[in-house]
Amino acid sequence: MATIIVDNKSYTVDERQNLLSACLGHGLSVPYFCWHPAMGSVGACRQCAVKQFKDDRDQSGRLVMSCMAPAINGTRISIDDPEAKAFRASVIEWLMVNHPHDCPVCDEGGECHLQDMTVMTGHVYRRYRFPKRTHRNQVLGPFIRHEMNRCIQCYRCVRYYRDYAGGRDLNVFGSHDAVYFGREQDGVLENEFSGNLVEVCPTGVFTDKTFFHHYTRKWDLQSAQSICPHCSLGCNTTASERSGTLRRITNRFNSQVNGYFLCDRGRFGYEYVNSPHRIRRAVVRQERHRGQSGTTEEVPQPFEFAADRVRQARGIVGIGSPRASLEANVALRSLVGPQQFYQGIDEQEHQLLSTILNIFRTGPVPSASIHDAEQSDAVFVLGADLLNEAPRLALALLQSIRQQPMEQVDELKIPRWDEAAVRNAVQNRRGPLFLAGYQRTWFHEYATDTYFAAPDDIARLGFAVAGTIAQESPSVPNLNREAGELARRIAEALSHAQRPLIIVGTGSRSQATIEAAANVAWALHRQGKQPRLSVVLPEANSMGLALLGGRSLNDAFDAISQGTADTVIVLENDLYRRADQAKVDAFFENARTSMVIDSLDHRTAAHADVVLPAATGPESDGTFVSQEGRAQRFYQVFVTDGDVKASWQWLSDLGRATSQKNDRESGVGTWHNFDDAVSATAMVAPEFARIGEIAPSASFRLVGQKVPRQSERCSGRTSLTSHLTMHEPPPPGDLHSPLGFTMEGYRGPLPSPLISQFWAPGWNSIQAVNTYQNEVGGPLRDEMPGVRLIEPGATKVAGWFTAVPRAFQPTDQRWLLLPLSAVFGSDELSNRSPAIVERIAQPSLSLHPSDGTRLGLQEHSVIDLAFQGATYRLAVHFEPSTPVGTVGLSLVPDVSGVSVPAWVDLCAAIKIERTRRAA
Amino acid sequence: MMNTWIYARNLIVGLWIVFKRTFTKPVTVQYPEERPYLPPRWRGRIVLTRDPDGEERCVACYLCSVACPVDCIALQAADNPEAHDRRYPAFFRINFSRCIYCGMCEEACPTNAIQLIPDFEQSEYARRNLVYEKEDLLISGTGKYPDYNFYRVAGVRTHDKDKGEGEHELHPVDVRSLLP
Repeated sequence: MATIIVDNKSYTVDERQNLLSACLGHGLSVPYFCWHPAMGSVGACRQCAVKQFKDDRDQSGRLVMSCMAPAINGTRISIDDPEAKAFRASVIEWLMVNHPHDCPVCDEGGECHLQDMTVMTGHVYRRYRFPKRTHRNQVLGPFIRHEMNRCIQCYRCVRYYRDYAGGRDLNVFGSHDAVYFGREQDGVLENEFSGNLVEVCPTGVFTDKTFFHHYTRKWDLQSAQSICPHCSLGCNTTASERSGTLRRITNRFNSQVNGYFLCDRGRFGYEYVNSPHRIRRAVVRQERHRGQSGTTEEVPQPFEFAADRVRQARGIVGIGSPRASLEANVALRSLVGPQQFYQGIDEQEHQLLSTILNIFRTGPVPSASIHDAEQSDAVFVLGADLLNEAPRLALALLQSIRQQPMEQVDELKIPRWDEAAVRNAVQNRRGPLFLAGYQRTWFHEYATDTYFAAPDDIARLGFAVAGTIAQESPSVPNLNREAGELARRIAEALSHAQRPLIIVGTGSRSQATIEAAANVAWALHRQGKQPRLSVVLPEANSMGLALLGGRSLNDAFDAISQGTADTVIVLENDLYRRADQAKVDAFFENARTSMVIDSLDHRTAAHADVVLPAATGPESDGTFVSQEGRAQRFYQVFVTDGDVKASWQWLSDLGRATSQKNDRESGVGTWHNFDDAVSATAMVAPEFARIGEIAPSASFRLVGQKVPRQSERCSGRTSLTSHLTMHEPPPPGDLHSPLGFTMEGYRGPLPSPLISQFWAPGWNSIQAVNTYQNEVGGPLRDEMPGVRLIEPGATKVAGWFTAVPRAFQPTDQRWLLLPLSAVFGSDELSNRSPAIVERIAQPSLSLHPSDGTRLGLQEHSVIDLAFQGATYRLAVHFEPSTPVGTVGLSLVPDVSGVSVPAWVDLCAAIKIERTRRAA
Repeated sequence: MMNTWIYARNLIVGLWIVFKRTFTKPVTVQYPEERPYLPPRWRGRIVLTRDPDGEERCVACYLCSVACPVDCIALQAADNPEAHDRRYPAFFRINFSRCIYCGMCEEACPTNAIQLIPDFEQSEYARRNLVYEKEDLLISGTGKYPDYNFYRVAGVRTHDKDKGEGEHELHPVDVRSLLP
C-alpha cells in the first residue's frame, strides 16, 4: 500500500495502480476517455491530466497524465489546480470540435461518457464556428449501429476489439484528423464479443441496434439483476424494461464471473421475452387437436381443469428442465415426489452430468470461475468449442494467454496497467493454450498447439497428458507418435505453470474426455500445483439440475409406457429437442393428460392438453447454478400481461389446489412467496444449504424501505396509461423480493444483487461502475457474487479413471456424426430473437476434403440428408480440421431434434445432391 | 367628537375614489364575447410543431418527458427507414389533467418542437378528454420559431440530407485518401 496526496489530502492506495484508477477508487472525479479498467492505459486522449509536485515545497509542479503515472508512495498531485483544469478544458474542447449536434437523436444520450466528461470539465459553450468534418457510416450487421461523426478518436474500440477480444475485422483507417474506425467495407462485425463496443465506446459511435428499434432513455428503464440464460457460464446482466417490453441487456459487473464484458448471444438474445410466440394465456386443448398449436378450446377455468386432472391422476411424471430455475425444478419435484421427478435430459447427458458431479464432489480440484480462467497461466481445452458453447470463457482465455508473458513484464519493472509498454515488451509471445477439438474457429489462431481428432482420440490425448504428468495414472496403449509428442509438450507446459486450468466440453457427449480431463487435473494436483477444472455444460441450470438429482427422460418415457403413471407435467422443456420425434409422440399419446408449463410455443406445448404460461427469466425470480457450481439469483424485472406466472408459482398453486386439508403442513402448496421457495430448496440437497445466502431475502429492508427498480427520474408516470384509464393504478406489489416496481424507496449503497442500474451523480454511463468499487476493477462494495455450492475437501484423494478408449478408426461405410455448436443458433431461447436469427448460419455438414471426394461431393453444394426419420437440407463445407471418418453437423434450429453424436451411413443417407451453390 | 370627524372624512374620501372610477376605462372584459390579448410567450396549451419543410419536429428524445415535474408526458421513439429515415415519436401523449403549464418541456426541447401557446380554453366535462395524443397535439405550422430545422444542423443522415449537406459541414472524408 502507498500513500498519495491529492489536493493536500492523503489517501491510501495500492501502489500497483496508476494515479487515475487510484483517484477514481477514492471517488475523486478525474475525467478520462482512453483508459479502461480492463484494458489499461495508453495515454492517448490527454484528458486525465493532473498536476504533479516534486514535494511539498514545489509550487509550480508539472502536468502529467494520471493514467500514465504510477501511484508511488508519497506522490503529490492536484486535480483542482487551475492550470490542470484549464488543460483538461482545452482538451475536451478540441475533442468536441467536430462532434455533431445530434444528442437528441443519439442512443447514447443520457448515458454518454462524453456528455459526463464534458459536464465534469465544464465545457459549456462551443467556440468553434467552422465547418465540421463528417464521415459516412457503415452497416455493421444486426447488432451494432455505426455513426462515425460522433467519434472522438480515443481508440478504445480498436483496442478492445483487436487487442482484447481478438477480432480482426474492425480497424482504424485514414490519417490526421480524419481517422475512421470501422470495417474495410460494410458488413457484419464478425467477432462474437462485438456487443461490448456499445459499452466500450465513450460516445455514440457504436450503439445497440436491437435497442434502437424500441428505444428509450436509460432513466426510464426499470431494471434488475438477471443471469444470462443462454449458456452455462452464468454471466450477470442487467435486464431493462419499459411499458411491458424488455428493452435491452447490459453487462453487470461481477468480479468473479463476467467482469466488464458479455458475449453477443447474451447481450442480443433477450428478445425471446418479447416474442409473438410467447404463451400468454392458460389454455386447454381437446385431445383431437393435439399437435396443432393454434387450436385451443375455451374452457372457462383452465387452471381448475388442470388441478382436477392432477387430483385424478393415477401417477404423475414430472419432467424438469435445465433451463428452468432451481426453485421451479424443486417445486415440481415437491409436487410429484422425488421418485416421479425426471431431469428432462436424455440418458447420455444424465450420465455425463453425474460423472461431472462426481468429479467435483470427490476430487481434490476445484472448479474455475471465469475470473480464475483469466488468471490461469496454462490452459488445456479438451473437446470444447468454447467460442460457440461458452463464448465468455473464450474471451477469458484470450486474457489468460497474457499471464505467462506478464512475468517477463514484471521482471522489466513495467507496471501491468501500462498497456502500450506491456504490448511492446510481450510482442507476440503467448502463454500456453492447447486446444483439442474437432471444429476449427478463429480462436485456434491463439493456441500454442491444436489437435483436431474424434472425441475418443481427444480423450486418449488427455489420458496421455495425465500419464505423462503423473506416472501412476493410467497410460495410453498404442498412442500414435504425433499425439504422444503433443501430450509430452502439453504435460510440460502444464507442469511449469502455477495455476493451470483444464477445460472440458460436453458437446461431443464423450464420457471418456471428461474422465481424461479429471485425470489431468488430478495429476497436476498431485504435483503440488493448484490446478482448476472447468466443465462447459449444455444449459444455464444444468449444474443445478444435476445437484438436484432425478432420473433421465428415458425413464419418464418408460413410466408412461409401462402404465405406472398417466399424467405428465413438463416444466419449461421442449422434449422434441431431446429425444426422437416418434418416442415423444408415443409418450404424449399414451399419457392421459399432459401439461406443459412454458413461456414459448414449441412442439411440446402444441401436444399438451393443458398449457400454463410461464414467466421468462426477466419476469420471475429464481436461481441458476452455473457450470462453476455458483448459485446466482435473478430478479423479476417487470410484471407482464396475460396469465403469465413464474413456473414455481403455477406448481405451488397446483400443489395448493390438490392437497388434502390435512396435509397442508408441508410441500409446495405451502409456498407463499419466493423466500418459501428458497428455504424449501435449501432442504432438498446438502449442497443447497447455503442457497439463501446468495442474495438478500424478500423481507430485507433498508431504513425500512424497499429498493426501487426504477431510476430517480423515471418519467411518464401520470400519462403512460392515461389513454386506458384516468385513474392512475398503484404500482404492482412484489412479495417475492426486496425490490419494488416503483421509483420510490431506499437510495444509497446496496448489496450488489439489488442494484438496479449502475449510476452515480455525474456518472450516467455504465462507467459509473467505478463508483461502486472500493478499488477500480476490484469487487463491488457489498458484492454478493453468488455462492459456490461445491468446494473440494482437503482430505479427498482422487481415484484415477482407467477406462481409456480405443483409438478412433474411420470405417468405409459409416461416419461419426458430431454436433457442431453455433454461438448463434444452438441455444433454444436466443433463437427466438430477431437479431440473433439474422446471424444464424444455414445448416451445414462439414467434412474432411478427402471424405468429401470419396463421397463425390462438391464443396458448397447442397445435399438432402435423410437421418433419424427426417430429411435435412444441408450445405456442404470441406473443412480440413474435421477428423477423417467424422462429419460435423451444425446445430441450428433447422436441425433441432437431431440426436448426435451418432453413426450414419452417408452413402445411403445423402439423397440428392444439388449442384447449385449454397448462398 | 374627534372620531366622528375622522369617520366622516374617510367616508367621503372613499366615496370620492369610487366616484373617480366611473370615468376610468374598465379592467373587466366581457369574456367570452371579448377576449383579452395574451402575449405569444404566454404558457397555455401545448402543441407539437413542424419544421419549415413541413415534417414533424419532434425527434422523440424524451427530454420533455424527463423534464416534466408532474410526469404527464409519455412517448415512444420509433424509426422508419423506408419513409424518412429519421426518428419520430410512435405515440406522444400529454395528460393535460395533470399538466401545470410550467413550460419546462418547452425549455428542455432541443428541436423547438414542443411549444406552449396562448390558448388556455381547455375545460372539459370528462377528464379523459384532457388526454391529448400526437394527432391532437401536432399543428401544421412552425409555431414561434419559423426557421429552425434540427436536421439541417445535426450530423445525422436523413432521407433528404446526406452526410456533409447540413449547415457547417464538410464533405464526408475519403478514408482511402492519404493526402494531408
